[in-house]
Amino acid sequence: MPLLLPDFTPALPEIFLACAAMALLMLGVFQGEKSAKEVSWLSVAALVIAGALVASRGMERRTGLEDMFIVDGFSMFMKLFVIAGASIALIAAIRFNAREKTERFEFPILILLATTGMMMMISANDLISLYLGLELQSLSLYILTSYNRDDVRSTEAGLKYFVLGAVSSGMLLYGSSMVYGFAGTTSFTSLAEIFGSTDSGSIGIIIGIVFISAGLAFKVSAVPFHMWTPDVYEGAPSQVTSFLSVAPKIAAMALFTRILYDPFGHLVGEWRQIIATISLLSMAVGALGAISQRNFKRLMAYISIGHMGYALAAFAAGTEDGVRGVLIYMAMYVFMVGGTFAIILCMRRDGKAVERIDDLAGLARTQPALAVALAIFMFSMAGIPPLAGFWSKFYVFYAAINANLYTLAILGMVISVVGAFYYIRIVKIMFFDEPAGAFDTPLGAELAGVIFVTALATVLFGIFPSPIISGAEAAAASFFAG
Amino acid sequence: MAEIGLNHYLVLAAIVFTLGICGIFLNRKNVIVILMSVELMLLAVNINFVAFSSFLHDMVGQVFTMFVLTVAAAEAAIGLAILMVYFRNRGTIAVEDINMMKG
Repeated sequence: MPLLLPDFTPALPEIFLACAAMALLMLGVFQGEKSAKEVSWLSVAALVIAGALVASRGMERRTGLEDMFIVDGFSMFMKLFVIAGASIALIAAIRFNAREKTERFEFPILILLATTGMMMMISANDLISLYLGLELQSLSLYILTSYNRDDVRSTEAGLKYFVLGAVSSGMLLYGSSMVYGFAGTTSFTSLAEIFGSTDSGSIGIIIGIVFISAGLAFKVSAVPFHMWTPDVYEGAPSQVTSFLSVAPKIAAMALFTRILYDPFGHLVGEWRQIIATISLLSMAVGALGAISQRNFKRLMAYISIGHMGYALAAFAAGTEDGVRGVLIYMAMYVFMVGGTFAIILCMRRDGKAVERIDDLAGLARTQPALAVALAIFMFSMAGIPPLAGFWSKFYVFYAAINANLYTLAILGMVISVVGAFYYIRIVKIMFFDEPAGAFDTPLGAELAGVIFVTALATVLFGIFPSPIISGAEAAAASFFAG
Repeated sequence: MAEIGLNHYLVLAAIVFTLGICGIFLNRKNVIVILMSVELMLLAVNINFVAFSSFLHDMVGQVFTMFVLTVAAAEAAIGLAILMVYFRNRGTIAVEDINMMKG
């Protein structure tokens, strides 16, 4: 029997990134601790090359590795923003790690491995590749969360994240086994064919979808599976939180979209109400929980729960508009949240990191540039035009209204007004309160660069949103073309 | 003697899975028990996969089981490692004591 090799070419960026991670690991091991900075910059270079490989593939829909792996416009768009999010977090972490004396070469390696897992999640076209990508990502993130191994809070956050993450993986797997048993296949392509020909799924399939959705809702930290988020965000070291809050969210949202729209797309009537409810609850819990927070990282946890609620509102539409809304939302999210976390990494006083919101008091007088950048991110997240966040909310509610989800859209808009309260409170603290003392300067070229680029992107994509919107439109069209 | 059919396996897996979930959420004593419960959940899934695979005459389920077993081993290793560093910092692994941050 001749040995037939499967087609590896669609997975080239992932294979490259995995090999780069292993090569850099060897480099780190042989050169010892002092190579941390070098390995970090080489990892950034590896991410850039992987991004170029992803982009060079184009938007054409192709499957490879025995139909387990799919590349199309949707996966390209999402992968580019995952890579952008990972690069922002990695560059911002270099100076922070040096100052905190936590420079270890394992940090960039783990980020590379997690990014590989995320890219596999985005391209998964089979329940097996979905599970493996998800676990590669999750296992790397558990380790990253407990990265400060001598710090009680960091290890406690890692332990909590691990236990709840393992439960969610178990639920996802149980759901996969039900779907496999009642449909007889794990391939998304075959599943889509089976559900396309029959009207509705059997009870076993519905149970499977519910379990899979619960597992994925945990990964995007949507209510009612959000309990881990505030603790993990607060406990994890800041440079890890800045990674944790951006790239994994995009990958999980992409996976969620892929699995519910592609194989289970014909069952949209069955899952739309579930997603709409999750979305509404996430928006509400995110907004109400954020009001009383005093710790900036904990506040960001509730903010990101709320953001996932908005993205899920577009998702609940179940249409091409909905996919476009999700894509635009996640793209803008990278810049706003990535930039905000870069500012959190700058919050140091007398050589120690501070993370309370009150520490920002009077920032406009002591460091006006930083205050203006943070104000841009806050106004953008509140959805005030002409910043990027306005367009992301606009296209979310546009999709929801076009799908006749009026209640969801109206309640969502009301909740986003409530949300404006804590965004504007931060601006008020920075601009009108008595200064609490300046942060340590200089910020460092890496952090200043990241903040400048993300703030610029937030403003520019607010004024000229057309590149992102037309890109998202093409990506959504290619998602439905197959 | 009744024939053992697919339903028996599914019910067994459902019971074991529920035991695993209960073990995690009702247990107030020890984190090690939580790790064991996680393994129990994954093993219930494996029973499901193997039973379906055998009744469908399809190999994919058994391949999936192999992957689940491998990942479960990695997961247990990482979980125990995190537990070790946590114990070094706190000197306890009782579930009630994991409360430095209020959630």
